[in-house]
Amino acid sequence: MIKLSRGFDIRLLGSPEQGLLEAKNSRLFALKPTDVVGIGPIPKLHKAIGDRVLAGEPLFFDKGSPRIQFGSPVSGEVVEIRRGPKRAITEVVIAVDAEVAFHQFEKLDVASCSREQAVDLMLNSGAWTLLKQRPFNTLADPEATPRDIFVSCFDTAPLAPDHNMLIKGKESAFQKGLSVLNKLTSGGVHLGVGPESADVFTKADGVNVTSFSGPHPAGNVGVQIHHLAPINKGDVVWTLKPQDVAIIGKLFSDGVFDAERTVAVTGDKTKKTGYVKTRIGASVEPMLADNLKHDHVRCISGNALSGTQIEKDGFLGLYDDQITVLEEGDKPEFLGWLIPSYKRPSLSRTFPSFLRPNKEYHVNTNNHGEERAYVMSQQYEKVLPMDLHPQYLIKSILYGDFEQMEGLGIYEVVEEDLALCEFVCTSKQPVQQILRAGLDLVRLEG
Amino acid sequence: MKLLENLVGKVKPHFEEGGKLENYYYGFEALETFLFVPAQTSQGTHIKDGIDLKRTMFTVVVAMIPALLFGIWNVGQQHFVAMGELTALSEGFMDKFMYGSLKVLPIVITAYGVGLGIEFVFAIIRKHPVNEGFLVSGMLIPLIMPPTIPLWMVAVATAFAVIIGKEAFGGTGMNILNVALMARVFVFFAHPTYMSGDLVWVAGDASLFVDGFSGATPLGVAYLGGAEALANVSIFNYDLTNLIMGTIPGSIGETSVIAVGIGAVILLVTGIASWRIMASVVVGTLVAGTVFDLAGISYFQGVPAYTHLVMGSMLFATVFMATDPVTAAQTGTGKIIYGFLIGIFGMIIRALNPAYPEGWMLAILLMNVFAPTIDHYVVQSNIKRRISRAL
Repeated sequence: MIKLSRGFDIRLLGSPEQGLLEAKNSRLFALKPTDVVGIGPIPKLHKAIGDRVLAGEPLFFDKGSPRIQFGSPVSGEVVEIRRGPKRAITEVVIAVDAEVAFHQFEKLDVASCSREQAVDLMLNSGAWTLLKQRPFNTLADPEATPRDIFVSCFDTAPLAPDHNMLIKGKESAFQKGLSVLNKLTSGGVHLGVGPESADVFTKADGVNVTSFSGPHPAGNVGVQIHHLAPINKGDVVWTLKPQDVAIIGKLFSDGVFDAERTVAVTGDKTKKTGYVKTRIGASVEPMLADNLKHDHVRCISGNALSGTQIEKDGFLGLYDDQITVLEEGDKPEFLGWLIPSYKRPSLSRTFPSFLRPNKEYHVNTNNHGEERAYVMSQQYEKVLPMDLHPQYLIKSILYGDFEQMEGLGIYEVVEEDLALCEFVCTSKQPVQQILRAGLDLVRLEG
Repeated sequence: MKLLENLVGKVKPHFEEGGKLENYYYGFEALETFLFVPAQTSQGTHIKDGIDLKRTMFTVVVAMIPALLFGIWNVGQQHFVAMGELTALSEGFMDKFMYGSLKVLPIVITAYGVGLGIEFVFAIIRKHPVNEGFLVSGMLIPLIMPPTIPLWMVAVATAFAVIIGKEAFGGTGMNILNVALMARVFVFFAHPTYMSGDLVWVAGDASLFVDGFSGATPLGVAYLGGAEALANVSIFNYDLTNLIMGTIPGSIGETSVIAVGIGAVILLVTGIASWRIMASVVVGTLVAGTVFDLAGISYFQGVPAYTHLVMGSMLFATVFMATDPVTAAQTGTGKIIYGFLIGIFGMIIRALNPAYPEGWMLAILLMNVFAPTIDHYVVQSNIKRRISRAL
């Protein structure tokens, strides 16, 4: 049991209610190259508009890593290829069939197959794209053998879904997936479990289970890695989410890339919260249609700290298991810095709210202040349970000193780990954006 | 509020690009954002903590208000004691408060006027937002001045502190030295007769003061004559109770342990100031005070070490100056070393210096200079730990 004391639970109204939400099935699905760090802006497409595709059939690949195929999460017809600035492909949209048909891959016996066979199967089916590599949070490199593989089995982010709920019905596939992961790494597979994790996680076979307790970001896999076996220069570790472990398990037992994902619909601007069973890349439109209290909202694929803003008819991200809907905070607030017009969560004890630590708050997306030079110190340390000086790390990125970034531990963190630092920052510095710039700099030029 | 919002909205286009007054945009922006937290939404994290720099700085200003109010009254109190009228604490509250206001408020207005004026000019020329840092500095400067300070000196000192001490480095957050202390150190060395000695701490016409009036502060008395002299001051009563209450001559805001203590509690409860720094300064002071006393090398013969906490500007400096987040050490361990050394150096200057007995200003400025060095070693040890882990 590793007890973490530093951190901050942001308690918001609108956490997901247990049980499935009634929602129509999504008719459009999309794979978004923009969800993946470090691939080129214009991947090479296998399919054109009008082409039919089976679930698991490759849709596109990145020219820099041609072995990794991005498999379609559903079967259907490619209906649109959306592009952003400089013709970068942002979304490959598929209209789903009434019944999802799978591309049949060869079934592999995990115990007897070779590592190469396992890797090839995952590369060809799209399951490989679910593996993320640290440092840098890029796609896993098929040529590398990771030191360890880490899976965090609980989420402490604001309004986070309950992983016990997400994994329901996928227990055996999850266990199977773990044995595949064991094949991929030279070291161990580590599960980080929380105080309330179910037996499927705490009693998993063939893996190292460590339980963590404490406020957010205790559930972040980066924090868990730091306490189990920190990433040193030259180390490569992989991470993935429990539901994706189950997808890999199913690929090996049934020979299909079944990108099923249970998603939590959260946020106090939804009329009803809860869980929805769908697939990777689902359009969120049916989950939010008739479910919004009003229209002036921001939809986020992921959590409120490190998720991606999407349209009301946007698509679930490749790695996300949560949709958050918050009120858009684009209204000026009279003397809001002095007399807040509504109660809001804060780490700072300048608000009387610190006297009621368990109260849940309504929030909006207002910045609550303007960006300033750093004035306060030691704020970030309070919410980052790592032996690391985050403010110095951020500053070293701002002045572009490679050696300092390395020394201060840039390999150990990705954006989500420092998201709370950005939340609490008095000077409203864009911490995650700065960190990403630093990570890219080190990755490309270091 | 809607009315005000519309009014601001109406004026705004003149200051925006292409407007008649576009060069003054940041002056306008400072006032606008003071009135209204902007409609700007959060990118990156989609939600943000309610705290911002305005609220942070305002909290510090609130923490200084007890010291300011007490200071105003005490300026009056000391004046009337020196005149030999209304000498009891309970007498003539309004008279004393009014007299003090007439002395203190002009200093406050001068410091804010000059400082904020310069900030606005710099913001407009350099095209950056006005930073809130001066809200605090502008209040600190009057509180560490003697009540007799000429206003032009306050103006010059404030201008020096803001231009040379802060804007030359790039504004709030970039300065190396504490801005308020820069103002004080400027007057201290440029016009020493207005900042030290026995005559500057009580406001009023000295020729009208009662016979035997000296005007020496408890610190000055104890420095020259030790505990014995402190117990035998004429006119004033420098016993421990009065030292803690603060009914003694001194700089405007520094005298009352209680008023400064309330400020300290506000800063510590809100978490705005670092408890590490406050605690370690006090520990450093007690350690150095005790050692010097036992060794018999202190000018303060027979004065127990804890008395140093309630005399002079020690407590005010600890609570409001040493804890300045920009100029203090930035790492947890660094803060403890930084505070402890302020305590040691402050006591060295106070107890061992043959020229003058007050050293907190200089001790803090000295440690301001060394704070980055302390942090460097703390951060370096973290880096070394990371490298040795990899081997």
